[in-house]
Amino acid sequence: MRRNLWRDTWQFVGGVARLAFTGSGWYLAWLGLLGLLILSGLFAYVQQYRGGLIMTNMRDQVSWAFYIGNFTFLVGVAAAAVLLVIPAYVYNWKPIKEIAIFGELLAVSAIIMSLLFVAVDIGRPDRAWHLLPLLGSLNLPSSLLAWDVLVLNGYLLLNIVIVWHFLFTGFHRRPYNKRFVVPLLLFSIPAAVGIHTVTAFVYNGMAARPFWNASILAPKFLASAFCSGPAILLILFQILDRTTQIRIKQEALEKIAELMAYAMFLNLFLFGAEIFKEYYSGTTHLIHTQYLYSGLDGHRSLVPFAWGSLACSVAAFLLFLVPATRRRMVTLNLGCLLIYTGVYIEKGLALVIPGMTPDTLGEIYDYVPTFTEIRVGAGIFAVGFLVFSVLCKAAVPIIQGTHSPAGDRG
Amino acid sequence: MTSHRHPDDPHGGEESCGGLDRREFLRQTGLVTMAGVAALSCGCTPAFIEDLLRTRFTRLSPRKLDAVLRGLEADYATRYGRAVSVKATPALDGVEFGYGLDLSRCIGCRRCVYACVHENNQSRDPQIQWIQVLSMDRQRGISLEHADHYYDPQQVPEADRFYIPIACQQCRNPSCVRACPVKATWQEPDGIVVIDYDWCIGCRCCMAACPYGARHFNWAEPAIPTAELNPDTHYLGNRPRPKGVVEKCTFCIHHTREGRYPACVEICPVGARKFGNLLDEESEIRYLMREKQVFVLKEELNTRPRFYYFYAT
Repeated sequence: MRRNLWRDTWQFVGGVARLAFTGSGWYLAWLGLLGLLILSGLFAYVQQYRGGLIMTNMRDQVSWAFYIGNFTFLVGVAAAAVLLVIPAYVYNWKPIKEIAIFGELLAVSAIIMSLLFVAVDIGRPDRAWHLLPLLGSLNLPSSLLAWDVLVLNGYLLLNIVIVWHFLFTGFHRRPYNKRFVVPLLLFSIPAAVGIHTVTAFVYNGMAARPFWNASILAPKFLASAFCSGPAILLILFQILDRTTQIRIKQEALEKIAELMAYAMFLNLFLFGAEIFKEYYSGTTHLIHTQYLYSGLDGHRSLVPFAWGSLACSVAAFLLFLVPATRRRMVTLNLGCLLIYTGVYIEKGLALVIPGMTPDTLGEIYDYVPTFTEIRVGAGIFAVGFLVFSVLCKAAVPIIQGTHSPAGDRG
Repeated sequence: MTSHRHPDDPHGGEESCGGLDRREFLRQTGLVTMAGVAALSCGCTPAFIEDLLRTRFTRLSPRKLDAVLRGLEADYATRYGRAVSVKATPALDGVEFGYGLDLSRCIGCRRCVYACVHENNQSRDPQIQWIQVLSMDRQRGISLEHADHYYDPQQVPEADRFYIPIACQQCRNPSCVRACPVKATWQEPDGIVVIDYDWCIGCRCCMAACPYGARHFNWAEPAIPTAELNPDTHYLGNRPRPKGVVEKCTFCIHHTREGRYPACVEICPVGARKFGNLLDEESEIRYLMREKQVFVLKEELNTRPRFYYFYAT
């Protein structure tokens, strides 16, 4: 029995690797491109590791920036997988149930990216083991970052187990174990809300930073996450529909788009509530919002991004709200791109930088990322895309049952 | 023999427990394995492995602590080519430090800033300064948003300005300590908030959490000219720091735990800086709290600083 399990696992791993790394010229070229980006990011990181974080444009005034912004955005993308799990497994809605696994694959890739963004941001990566439970000295329960380490790694593990189980049983053409995997899937719903809430609380809990110290932060994180994650999935589903045997039902796409419209409405509403409170009360705390939307004393580097992000989000909301534009693929895809751009800016630069500008003693330091930061960031995104591509590539034939489970060359 | 010291109680709790407990055993085994893997995989230097096997300050036994201090002294001696002493003087019983700063006297000369840099071995390149002096417009009163951090006139004080020096406020309710994910920073029994530079992972969460901009990061390898190095150092204070960790004012822990004043108090040419024991009714700090009206910065955040500002005249 045990030997069988070993053999099955071995065949599975070998089979998946074979499925993942063979394909058309286009596919291999795509992997090659990602590989180049990863190499470039790696070289940039080695420079940063040697010289120190001075290779970035972060300084004492703005001590978190591009890396932590990307981290925050990607936690949102990871949490968004539940937007597929809920209709599929809570409401047992067939059209989405067939494709829900891609949400889990996206979650795995996004968490890997977000953890990498934290890893490149810390000053002493050689001491990262201090963050390990038992081995290190996690400052629980008081440090939110310590909680974040726990929930993010837990969520990653959870999704790996779910994906592994689905693919493993699918690979060997066995039915998946409902009593094992469905509870895990249901648990992934509060876990997804949890990772995003804890990440929001890391910022939210800091009384020193009034821009973050607003209770609206966590709900707004969730609302924007339920836009950005599905935006990626909608585009992926169309690619799968064109390039593989998997047929994505139109109604599934429309349903996801509809849910995104609700999420974006909530996001914009919360945004409006925040803006009202800031400008109407007009306290000294307004200064961070002003830095973001109108600039301070000629410091305007974020202003175009802030308005661009808002414009993208509003336009996307309208496109997703009107059923006609939601159903047409051209406008649907445009909406996805707009949402992705809008939320990427909102949860990245436009969240982290104004929170720290002006700094706690009123100093304005204009932050723009260095080329090193952008190269490292691009490398990390390439890692995520690579993981996602490879997993999807292997998952499609397994879900379709068109692979050869014996693992022999045929 | 292993002894445990808890950050909240660094001096008590010296329980000894015959052998390694399970947790400690797991930790050690794990670390040795990790060190081995790291050494094999990347041909790492002994210093790297030494760092990997380090124990955090609050859990060091007296014997281990001594070994660590001597090790640091040897390291610094090779790096700077001169003798450096590293001590770990513990907090004195019945002492809780407090600081008073007379804004009506401060002339904004920044002598405290430079005395602090020299005393505490702050990096000269890139520059790190634990004290920031803010220049304020008299017409506005205290308004951080309108402060000038880089004032550079021919002569101070300027007629229309007044000055506020700001460093670590040594809060009773420190948000930085709460934020640290790895317990690398804590409050000592005498109230000084300290950092274990050899345990800090450089995540800068504490910097985001500090409302006073008191914490500074070593963005590059700190550079101190050998001739200017202060060789009288404390493990939790002014010993040379490594790259990639956070540092801040410790009320000159290497001086004050031996009954001396912090360097900024000693240097201040106008006597604007006061320092003493909050638990001693007769101390100067208690006197001025009784006789003058003191206030703290950002009182609404409930950080409850031990750093008081006042106007004596």
